[in-house]
This record gives sequence, C-alpha cells and structure tokens, in this order.
Amino acid sequence: MGGKVNGNKRNTKIGKKVDRGTLKRLAAFVRPYLKYVVFSMTCAAVTSAAALLIPFFSGRAIDGMLGQGRVDMGRVGTALLLIGFCFALSSAAQQAMAMTNNRVTYSVSRDLRERIMDKFQRLPLSYLDTHPSGDLVSRLVSDVDALADGLLMGFTQLFTGVITIAGTLGIMLTMDLRIALAVVVLTPLGLFVAGFIASRTHRYFTAQAEVRGRETALINEMIEGEKVVRVFGHEEKAMAEFDGVNEELRRVSLKATFFSSLTNPSTRLVNNTVYAAVAFLSAMLCVDGSITVGAMSVFLSYASQYAKPFNEISGVVTELENALACAARVFALLDEEDQTAEDADAVSFEAEGTVEIENVDFAYVPDRPLITGFSLRVDKGKRIALVGPTGCGKTTLINLLMLFYDVDRGAIRVDGADIRHMTRRSLRHNYGMVLQETWLKTGTVRDNIAYVRPDASMDEVIAAARAAHCHSFIRRLPQGYDTVLGENGGSLSQGQKQLLCIARVMLSTPPMLILDEATSSIDTRTEVLIQEAFARLMKGRTSFIVAHRLSTIRDADSILVMRDGHIVEQGDHDMLIRKNGAYAELYQSQFSGVKT
Amino acid sequence: MKYLKPYIRKFAMESVLAPLFKMLEAFFDLLVPMVVARIIDKGIPSGDSGYILGQCLILVGMAVLGLLCSFTAQYFAARAAVGTAAGLRRDLYARVNGMPCSVLDNVGTSTLITRLTSDINLVQNGVNMFLRLFLRSPFIVIGAVVMALRIDGAVGLVFILGVAVLSGIVGTVMMKTAPMYRNIQGDLDSVTRDARENLTGVRVVRAFGREEAEKEAFSRDNTALFNAQNLAGRVSALMNPLTYAVVNLCIIAILYMGAGKVDAGVMASGSVVALVNYMSQILVELVKLANLIVLISRAWAGLGRVSQVMDIDITVPMTPEGPAREGEAVSFEDVSVNYGGADNSLEGITFTVRRGETVGVIGSTGSGKTTLVNLIPRLYDASGGTVRLFGRDVTSIPTEEIRRTVAVVPQRSQLFRGTVRSNLLWGREDAGDEEMWQALRDAQAEEFVFQKGEGLDAPVEQGGRNLSGGQRQRLTIARALLAGAKILILDDASSALDYATDLKLRRALAKLKDTTVFLVSQRTGSLRDADRILVLDDGKLVGQGKHETLLETCPVYRQIHESQYRQGEDGGKDEE
Repeated sequence: MGGKVNGNKRNTKIGKKVDRGTLKRLAAFVRPYLKYVVFSMTCAAVTSAAALLIPFFSGRAIDGMLGQGRVDMGRVGTALLLIGFCFALSSAAQQAMAMTNNRVTYSVSRDLRERIMDKFQRLPLSYLDTHPSGDLVSRLVSDVDALADGLLMGFTQLFTGVITIAGTLGIMLTMDLRIALAVVVLTPLGLFVAGFIASRTHRYFTAQAEVRGRETALINEMIEGEKVVRVFGHEEKAMAEFDGVNEELRRVSLKATFFSSLTNPSTRLVNNTVYAAVAFLSAMLCVDGSITVGAMSVFLSYASQYAKPFNEISGVVTELENALACAARVFALLDEEDQTAEDADAVSFEAEGTVEIENVDFAYVPDRPLITGFSLRVDKGKRIALVGPTGCGKTTLINLLMLFYDVDRGAIRVDGADIRHMTRRSLRHNYGMVLQETWLKTGTVRDNIAYVRPDASMDEVIAAARAAHCHSFIRRLPQGYDTVLGENGGSLSQGQKQLLCIARVMLSTPPMLILDEATSSIDTRTEVLIQEAFARLMKGRTSFIVAHRLSTIRDADSILVMRDGHIVEQGDHDMLIRKNGAYAELYQSQFSGVKT
Repeated sequence: MKYLKPYIRKFAMESVLAPLFKMLEAFFDLLVPMVVARIIDKGIPSGDSGYILGQCLILVGMAVLGLLCSFTAQYFAARAAVGTAAGLRRDLYARVNGMPCSVLDNVGTSTLITRLTSDINLVQNGVNMFLRLFLRSPFIVIGAVVMALRIDGAVGLVFILGVAVLSGIVGTVMMKTAPMYRNIQGDLDSVTRDARENLTGVRVVRAFGREEAEKEAFSRDNTALFNAQNLAGRVSALMNPLTYAVVNLCIIAILYMGAGKVDAGVMASGSVVALVNYMSQILVELVKLANLIVLISRAWAGLGRVSQVMDIDITVPMTPEGPAREGEAVSFEDVSVNYGGADNSLEGITFTVRRGETVGVIGSTGSGKTTLVNLIPRLYDASGGTVRLFGRDVTSIPTEEIRRTVAVVPQRSQLFRGTVRSNLLWGREDAGDEEMWQALRDAQAEEFVFQKGEGLDAPVEQGGRNLSGGQRQRLTIARALLAGAKILILDDASSALDYATDLKLRRALAKLKDTTVFLVSQRTGSLRDADRILVLDDGKLVGQGKHETLLETCPVYRQIHESQYRQGEDGGKDEE
C-alpha cells in the first residue's frame, strides 16, 4: 500500500508530463503483438455484450410465465435458447481474451526485461557507479511487472467496464426512463463512500508502513549483529526494544486493517439501498402495468451489477496511473546514454604489453579534476606498483586502463595503438583483473573459477585453485568443488573470496595483469605464495599492482607514489628508501613495536 | 499450526464472534431474494403499494443490520489477525534471539528477515480473511441451496448438482495452479538474482568480456519465467469461463423447470426470480471463495516457513560442573571443529593460557583463527575435546556468566543505530561518562569522538555507516574495553588502523594487567610482544611460544614473518 501511494505521488509529479510520450513508447513494445491486442479487445466487447444480454433474456423468459396455465412455452424456450447462445459466446470469448491477454502481458514483460538487461551491459560505468543497484533491479523486476499487469489488464478492464456500463444504461433506458435515472443517480453514491473511507484510512496505512519499516530495520540490525548481541548478552534488551515496536505495529495495524475493511460493507449498504429503491419503483410500475415482472427482474439484476464496473474502473485508474509511472521509470533507464560507441574500424588484437599513458586528464565530476597531465610509460613485462593515500587516483587509473571510463584529454596506448581504436572486448581480454571488491556468482565453486573459460577441464580448475592456494579450503567445503555458493560467495570469508577471484584469473593467462588491493584480506604468507605463483604465471607480462601493504609492492620494478592525481615519487624500493621522502616515511611507520 | 494454536485460544472470543457476525450478515443477504419474491407474488398482483413499500423498507432495514454485523465482524477479525501476527512475530524473534551462532549461520540472515516480516504478514492477511469469509461463503452457498430446496425440491437438486460441479472446477484449477505459482516465484527469484549479480559484478563481467554470455544466461532464466507464467495463466484462465458457463446452464435449467411448474400452478413466477437470484449469489461467493483459498494457501505456506524456524532445536547442551583447575585462564584440550566438510576446520588443538597473559593468534587465511577464538565465549561448540574457562568446562558455565567474563571485538565492526554512548553502553550498562572517555582514549577513539562536537551523543547510523572503517573498529574496541571483562578477544580488530595507531592501541592494551588478551592478527609485528603466540596452519596448531622462539623453531611463523620483513632487514632494529 505504502509503495503504491509513493508511486502515485511520483506519478503526479513526473507522470503527467510524460504520459503521452510514455504511452507512445509503450505502444512500440506492444506493436509486435498488435493483432493479439485487437483480438483481445474484440473478445472483451463480445463477452461483455453477451453477458449483458443474459439478464435481459431471462426477464423475457419470466414474462412468458404469467401464471397457472398461462405459460408461453414457445417464448420461454426461445429466451432459454438465446441465453444458452449468449453464455456460450461469452464464455468462449472470455477464455480467448484471458489467454490472449496473458500472452501479450508476459511477452511484453519478457521483451522489456531483455531490453533492460541488454541496457545494463551497455551502460557506462559512470552511470552504474552512481546509481544504487537495488533501484535498477527493482525497475527490471517490479516496475516491469506492475507495468505489464497494470497497463494491459487495466486497458481490457477499462474497456469491458465502459462497454458494460454503456450497455446496461442503454438497455435500462430503452426499458424505462424513470428507473434508469434512479439507478444512474444513486449508484455513484457508493463510490463516494468508498473514496471517503479510503482517504481516511490512507494515513493509517502510511503509519503502518512507517512502523513496519522501523521494525524491519531493527530486526535487520540485530540479526546482522548477532555475534555482538550474543557476546555482550544484549538479547533481553533487544527483545524489549523489539516488543516496543511490535506493540506499536500491532496498534497501528489494527486501525489500518479495520478501517480499510469498512469500505466493502459500506458500499454494499449503498448498493443494497439502491436495490431496495429499484425494487420499490419497479414494483409500483408493475402494479401500473407499465412494465412487466420480467422487466422488474432485469432491473433488479442490473441494479446489483451496475455498481461493479464503477468500482472496478476506479481501481483501474489508480492501477493505470501506477503502471504509467513504472513505465516512465523503465523508459528513463532505457533512455540513459550508452557507453561511447566503439570505432567502426575498432580492431581486435593480442597485446605484447607495453602501456603508455600520455598527458591524461580525467575528472568524475566536470569541475573537480582528479587526474591532470598524467604520463607514464610501462615497458613490456614490468611490474608497476601504485601507492598513495585513499582518493589519490590509483583506482581511477585502473578504470581508465580498462576503458571503464574514457579519458577527458590525452591518450592511453597499448603497444603504440590508442586503446580507443580497439574493441573493448579485446582490450579487456588482454588484462587479468582482481579487485578488492570480490564478486562471485551464484553457482558452484568450479563454475566460479571457470568463469572466463567455462570449458576448462577439472584438472585445469584444480591447478588454478592450487596456484591460488585455495585448493585446501575448497576441499573442506561440504561438497568440495561442487559446493554451491550463495549470492556473492555466501558464507565464505573475505579472504577466501579473494582467493577464488585470484584462481579465476589464474585460469586465463592474459599478457597484462591488474591487481587492485587483490590480496588485502589474505594473510601475508599466503600472499607471498600467491605472488610467487603470479610471478611464474606472469613471467614477461606487464602488471599493475595497487596495495596498502608495503610488503606486497617491494619487488615492483617501479613504484609510483601518487597524491592528488599526480605522481610525487617514482623509482624502485631501494631508490625511494634512499631518497627518504614520502615512500620512506610510509614504509618506516610499520616497523614500530610496543616497547619504546 | 502448532504455533498458531495458542493464539486461536487467546483470541477464541474474536475467532467465534467474527465468523458469527459475518454469518448473520450473510443471513440477511440470503433473505433478499425471498423478500423480492414476496413483492412479486403478493404485492404486485394485489396492487397493495403499502405492502410493497413495507417490504422495500425491510430490504433497507436488512441492509443496515447487515452493515452493523459486518462492522462488528471486521473489527473482531482484524483484532484476532493483527494480534496473532504480533504474537507470532514476537515468538519468532525470541527464537531467533536465542539461536546459537552455528544455527544462525546455517539458516541465513535474509531468510530470517523475510520470515519475520513478509511471511508473518501473509499469515495476518490469511487469518483476517479466513475469519471473515470461511463461514460466510459456504454459508451463502449452502444457504442458497437450502432456500432453493425449500422453494422446490426438484429445482433444489439442480442447485446441488450445480454446486458440486462448480466446486469441482474451482478445486481442480486451484490444485493444478498452486505448484505452478510456486515455480513462477522461483523463476522470478532467478531473474532478480541475475540482474543484481550483473550490476554488482559489472566490472568483472566486462573485464572478462562476458557480457554476451551473461545476456544469454539471463535470457534463459527470463524465458523460463515466461513459459511458467504462460502455463499457469492458461490453466487459471479456464476458471472464470467454466464457472460462468455452469452457472448459466443451471439458470437455464431453473427457468425451464420453473416455466413448467408455473404452468402447472405449483410455483409462482416470483419464486422463479428468487431461484435465479440465488444462483447468481452462488457464483459471486464461489469467486470470493477461490480468492480466499489462494490467500489461505499462501498464508499456510508462510506459516510453514515460520514453523520451520520455530522447530529448530536451539537448546544449548550443558554438562554438569566438574572440578575447576587453578591458575589458568583459558585452556584447550585436544579440541577439534568440523563445519560439515571433508576435513576438520580445527584439529587436535591443545594449549593453556595463564591469567593476565597476552596471546597472539596467527595463521593463513582460512587456517582457523576466528574459529578458535569463537570457541572461548562459546559462540560455537567444539565437535571434540574440551575448552576450559578459568579451569571450568565451558559447556558447564551458564551463558550469562560467560558473557560477563569474555568481551569480543569481532572481525567485522558491528555498530547499532543510536549514539556513541548507546553503543558503548552495550559493554556495560551502568558505565559513567568518565569511564566511557577512558575506554575511548584506550581504544584511540577519543580524538575523533571529541571532534564530533556532540561527543558521546554523536549519532551513529545503522551499522555505523556514517563512520569510516577505522573509526568503527576503534568504537567496537572501546565498547569491549568498557565491559572490563577478564578475557578480551580482538579478532583482527585493528586491520583498518594504520601502523602508528595500531601501536598506540597495543600499548594501551599492555597496561591492562589482570586481563587475558587474545590478539588475532596477520602481522607478526603486532604480536612480537605477546607472552605467547599460537601459530595455526590448516586447522592445526603448528607452533606456540614467544616471537623470538618461534622465529627459530616454527617454519610457518618464520615464513609469515619473512613475508613481511625481509631477512637482513629485521624490523626489530627500529624498536630500540
């Protein structure tokens, strides 16, 4: 409920303006299924028209029963045949409509989801880095659902509703103007009552959503911090806090549930009163002889049915509004600019491993330059370490090398060729990358290691795992290499996840390597072993290493000490220590003991 | 169901009154066609407008009475449903609160949260609708049949037959679609997971050039969802047309038989109208009943998931108290731990720590350091061997006493929404400001807390999001120090601190004379002053002793040390 309210609010803000454009866009997605939509609309018209005629014919049948010995069997028979024909037609059309609607709805949502996923793969990193993934996922899942359901079902309901109302009115008007007017005037009363109650209950629902949110946050916090809760014996206080919120939720929930449940009985009261009024009016007219008993029964059944499409339509309108708001969110995402297109003549290549960075400028935010006039040449097979405080531009440099972001000025060349003239795929293929933020897929350990080369043999996978020193812990997992890891590694420790990511790179042998804090959660001893493995594997290959741990970078051919997007020192370990500058200072701070 | 029972008992009155009033309302609904029949059969032929008006006023009166009954019923239903949900939520939370960590790890956080929130909401909704409709709808259906039988036996048979066929249709469709909807939920979960993984792992996906493969994988899951939806849709689309057809067939039969009986003079035309009306009421109620069954089955599934958690055995086995051993603080005797894998995570660990010692624990990633220290406050139980606290078997000491004795700074710094003060008070409830500042000072956190302006009342967001990693770590250390426990465990708790701050912290810890401190670390430099260092490798204790001794006797320790300080470049020099 709360979510829906928000959706509507958002809709009134942005929705109204984009309605027309959104509808047009949506039409493009529905177009492949246009013939189904037309068919469905036809079925809707047929089913509601046929359904409307049934009370009419049953009235005719009743008019044929005037009393003992005065039953016109011929007339009754014709009416019954017509009823049979109508319901058969209505049922068939209804079935056809439902199947077609399903088909259109599910097809459109499938198409939209594929488009969004395709978009995910083409969006620039600058967009993905700045937008919470939860929001993007909810566009792909919930928004598409709400859109498809709301819009397509909404339209048919709206359509059948309008036909039903118009048909009912038409038949009633032709039968008797006075009763028709009574029904027309009185029925909307029910809608007012429903609207009145809904607006009253709204704030209880808002309050309920708010308290529920607070309770969820509390539960989340306490369960995530379970070990701390246990260790400090905080269980009882947590329970007391929970009880407080829980009681609050119970109170507000009671109000929300009770008051919202008043809508149906109240509208029913209005409808029943209308029913009684119609009964009175039509009975009096029967006494006059101006209408027949059969006509009276027709009026009564229309009176009880007439309110229904109104209630449905008011629901449909909210749903349509909501659906359009969702559609607007989906299209806003699809409209985001793609990452810059590759050159038409972009080439694939196998790199040797010489990297030149020439006079590069870069900024995430246009007026806050991060890297300016950065130049660096790395010869094939060299090992470059990047050192410096957080935010100095180390990770940014990697973003640029991998073409995750484009440079603002200057150029990056691999083997003398500007990387912008290469296909992204082949450029990235020449790098092996391990990041501090470990990412593992839901799947088995084996699938994860063989992510780059799904066709790798078990022996190759095990060899890679051994090289990354994760073979022994994998063996201790319940199903070894076939253990299924939950989302993002499930219960593995951070260090174990990093080892798996390293094994993943070990399986491919690219000419260049990027390690961004790749061993930060691994103990130094294992790290040394892994570095040795890397060294064997990467013999003659170029590597870029970002690390806080100075032991990790000591062996580098060249150490770049960065600050504020510039290189402040450059050289190998011994040289920089002798220089006794920023690097030396950083290096010394790790050797002090407790006793001074 | 067993967990619902106490609430059925607690809300017995509500659970009886709600359906009862709902039935009363239904009763008035059932009378409507009879009143209309009287208008047609008596009022119209006699032309008595007073009688007609009277009958119509009865209709209005019944509508008002129905409304009152309905309000009463809704109130009782809401009370029972909301009360039951609140109670269930409390029971479940209490259960989760009492779970041993090993159980919690297995169950998983996110599933517990779904069960505590959306599953219980489903139950609430189910109970509410059940109380409102489970008597009303069958009552109307049966009532309509009874009324029909009263009007005419033969036509009544048509009703019985019709209801039987209708129930069959509704039941079959529901049974067929229930598992299909479960499949859809599962497929939707896969689609969601794919999307989330592709977003969080975008760098890796692109770095490895796996965009197309990921799109294909997504397309497979997406198509599976599409197919599952279509299948379920096709089956459930049958329900409305079929029931509609059956009801109208019955109406034709009623009209046909009615015509014959009116002709024979055994039935009035008003009764025929009433019979048709009853048939229409049955259709409306059947649709409601079908929706109710969907709601109930979802609530039932929710309750099942709640029960699963409630059923987990959370009793902590206690052993009788044996004779205590003197002088020692913590001892392990041939301790092993197995998490269910082929190899033990810890194996044959034996060591004894005396009071006041500082103990270092070191070893590779996954060597079992955290597992070892978690055994001390009995967060987990050993699968074999004995862990002793101050000479007593840890399984014989009441939990509260263990908690007072051992304070832990976990690997992941966990803070809670509130203020610096409220977080520190977790350590000790009655701590004064001065004590808190002292703890902050020792934890090297005084300066940044002081700088916050609000001092101890500086706000802490959920999980401590508004603090840096290092700040979080220092606050969790202060929290543990404030507890003043006899045993203090720091599980790699200074990894986010720079070397200088780490050093100051260790100096402050060194001053705690009576406290036995366990320091888990990856840096040999942090442990060189420890009284005893335990070296773990692949779950085995491969060395214990002082830094200098281990350098000579323990190859694993030497390797760790050398990986950080190269030979001939001994960091020790800087110390003097």
